[in-house]
Amino acid sequence: MELKLTLNGRAVAASVEADTLLIDFLRAQGCLSVKRGCETANCGLCTVLMDGTPVLSCSVLALRAAGHHIQTLEGLQEEAADFAAFIADQGAEQCGFCNPGFVMNTVALLRENPDPTDDEIRAYLAGNLCRCSGYEGQLRGIRAYLDHKKGRG
Amino acid sequence: MLNIKTYVRVQSLEEAYDLCQKKNNVVLGGMLWLKMQRRSVGTAIDLSDLGLDQIEEDGDFYRLGAMVTLRTLELHPGLNELTQGALRESVRHIVGVQFRNLATVGGSLWGRFGFSDVLTVMLALDAQVELYHAGRMSLEAFTQLPRQQHDILTHVLIPKKVGRVVYLSQRNISTDFPTLTCALSRKDGAYTCVIGARPQMAQVYRDEKGLLSGGVTEETARAFGEDVAERATFGSSLRAGEEYRRNVCAVLVRRGLLAMEKEG
Repeated sequence: MELKLTLNGRAVAASVEADTLLIDFLRAQGCLSVKRGCETANCGLCTVLMDGTPVLSCSVLALRAAGHHIQTLEGLQEEAADFAAFIADQGAEQCGFCNPGFVMNTVALLRENPDPTDDEIRAYLAGNLCRCSGYEGQLRGIRAYLDHKKGRG
Repeated sequence: MLNIKTYVRVQSLEEAYDLCQKKNNVVLGGMLWLKMQRRSVGTAIDLSDLGLDQIEEDGDFYRLGAMVTLRTLELHPGLNELTQGALRESVRHIVGVQFRNLATVGGSLWGRFGFSDVLTVMLALDAQVELYHAGRMSLEAFTQLPRQQHDILTHVLIPKKVGRVVYLSQRNISTDFPTLTCALSRKDGAYTCVIGARPQMAQVYRDEKGLLSGGVTEETARAFGEDVAERATFGSSLRAGEEYRRNVCAVLVRRGLLAMEKEG
């Protein structure tokens, strides 16, 4: 079936099967930051933005994304670079596998709520699992970024 | 693994209804549960183009389209003011924001899942559902229908007069399925208690013995909690045993009633 959508600002047209999942379509398009982790819609690793809203691409049919704007980490390098280094500085990327999902969801969080409390950060990122860090590193990194931004402002 | 032969983004409810008469065709909700099944679907029927993702005020009701997401429920100011935060509380533990941006209210209720926080709270709110063919009925009546319905849940109606509402749940770990769900409401002096994740589907328990007729105190709340725990049927599952659920039920009902009085 014919699929047309906008991927990272670029119009894309492709032929897909009815049951092709968005994650598989995106990886076939070269967006390898989008990864399959749990297969149970729990880990957040496959997070992408659909019309700016974070969703699990492992649970969306590619055809459901027709006509929508999809953004992956490949298309958000500049926005992510602003805070990703702060997360790395806190040692929160031990193996790094969960990092793209965390970064994507943090982008969504900060767009929705530019000055979140620690509890709001924890609540928003609850759907991103990390098996190395215990989450404190990510929280410290985001907090450090927000404090840095306030200091700058 | 889920296999789908054909995908149709329908342009009318009539088209969706015609398609869903065939046994192996499926109406898509958020697809989160469907996707985890080993199943062959003939036609996946997508309602995304039908404008069912809106919440409207309709006289004495909030009218929710079946494709409204759980995240929309969580953030809706009017609904959360009406339910004193109970709707938000009922969905905020469900996996994560990305999941709740996909999961729909229609899918949550249509499935009548045992673990459903949404079904539990909606029963306490005395919600109604609209089916394309069968029409409007109480959610409680809908839960008693056979599961093999070739119909489409199009809307959920929440009365604007809900009284006091409290929602509580118990989980082994945050973001997991609940081991027990509990919603309580008080409207016009009548108390309704809903217990879900027993692990069977949520069920309504009313104050049949009038234990709360003299008001809620520590003693009457305890007595009603124990009464519900005794009347309800529980089972064991991977997450919790029958006896554990029964004990947690008595505690959640008591806590819920006391919280309701305290905040009210």
